[in-house]
Amino acid sequence: MSGVRVLVGTRKGAFILTADGKRDRWDVSGPHFGGWEIYHLKGSPADQNRLYASQGTGWFGQIIQRSNDGGRTWEAVDNKFVYDGAAGTHQWYDGTPHPWEFKRVWHLEPSLSDPDTVYAGVEDAAMFRTTDGGKSWRELPGLRNHGTGSKWQPGAGGLCLHTILIDPQNPRRIFIAISAAGAFRTDDEGATWKPINQGLRSQQIPDPTAEVGHCVHRIALHRSRPNTLFMQKHWDVMRSDDGGDSWREVSGNLPTDFGFPIDVHAHEPETIYVVPIKSDSEHYPPEGKLRVYRSRTGGHEWEPLTKGLPQQDCYVNVLRDAMSVDSLDACGIYFGTTGGQVYGSTDGGDSWKPIAEHLPAVLSVEAQTL
Amino acid sequence: MIRVELPAHLRTLARVDVEVTLDVRGEVTQRTVLDALEASYPVLRGTIRDHVTQRRRPFLRFFACEEDLSHESPDAALPPAVASGREPFLVIGALAGG
Repeated sequence: MSGVRVLVGTRKGAFILTADGKRDRWDVSGPHFGGWEIYHLKGSPADQNRLYASQGTGWFGQIIQRSNDGGRTWEAVDNKFVYDGAAGTHQWYDGTPHPWEFKRVWHLEPSLSDPDTVYAGVEDAAMFRTTDGGKSWRELPGLRNHGTGSKWQPGAGGLCLHTILIDPQNPRRIFIAISAAGAFRTDDEGATWKPINQGLRSQQIPDPTAEVGHCVHRIALHRSRPNTLFMQKHWDVMRSDDGGDSWREVSGNLPTDFGFPIDVHAHEPETIYVVPIKSDSEHYPPEGKLRVYRSRTGGHEWEPLTKGLPQQDCYVNVLRDAMSVDSLDACGIYFGTTGGQVYGSTDGGDSWKPIAEHLPAVLSVEAQTL
Repeated sequence: MIRVELPAHLRTLARVDVEVTLDVRGEVTQRTVLDALEASYPVLRGTIRDHVTQRRRPFLRFFACEEDLSHESPDAALPPAVASGREPFLVIGALAGG
């Protein structure tokens, strides 16, 4: 393994940061698609030079871009995301039925084994898949139609399917999360789905333990233990050890358990990272101090990581898809802020340094180990 | 030939200059012009009109001959000056946002 490529999606374009294995000098390429929102871009685990990007604006809608050469050149592929059959309705903010309307692609998750197969999580929440490298997209309608779809309600950011995790030991099993519906699992590659929200408690909804209606912000797993899931919910950091069948809270001594991203160390399945945010109405770090919190015990016990991060007057946010890890021997951890900084650590989070600054607001960060 | 001017982002996407020229058969309307545009530049499908409804995207406007034609029927004839190629059909991004 010779280096790392960090793919950064921002409000005004994509940037590609590359470094050798030492990760002390970074080359910044971009902006690609300058002026467009890049919600997410990600490389195929089966072909590191095959990248996919979700490009869009409110003016011109959704574009999907594909690169076959690690992001040097791109070609637009199919951007037609049409719901399967009659679209039906979900709940609107006022509780009335509202027709499903495609708005954008939040997350692209390439297959673990086939560079031409990619899953797309979209708003209004649904799952699409291409098996021809993006030339065509088809909905996996079993998710919206499994029975609770009509009860789903958008969060403040919209009714978005933002997290897709493929079980590395059983690719037919996929976990997804939707704001503000909750987490769902398929065991047959997307044909059928079930909600997996037992144990979540959300005081903001009429029934705090409802089957659906929870604002899950992000889920993460370690490839060696795919039955163990870690979740950053709107409030609460949660853990499941049975593939999502049940959850328990592991917020422990966090200064606040509100936040967006959560991720797992590449080589230590019980070492997890979150970025506590003050509250759902104040989307910035408590006390103006940007602190990553690390638990080496899979939750409950957390320590602040501050070296190299601003510890005064810092009021940025870190969005749900804006944290990632590489898999070099000394695991690299990366996250981007709405202030346009991308920070990296090569010592498990003990110290950080900016690897890019002054970018547009960062929406997503994905690390590729080359 | 029909002349169409595109906003900057769509020119970049379609890899064209400010103005493209199109051969439109039959009556020259918003629909026939946009059909011809999308046939020549498939990457523009979905960026000006919704894929399913074929309605103009909300933040785009259609101008020609110093008139806003955005609310005209997509099947209404465009002005003769557009049909003759003397004036361009303008696709404009709304002057809003960041």
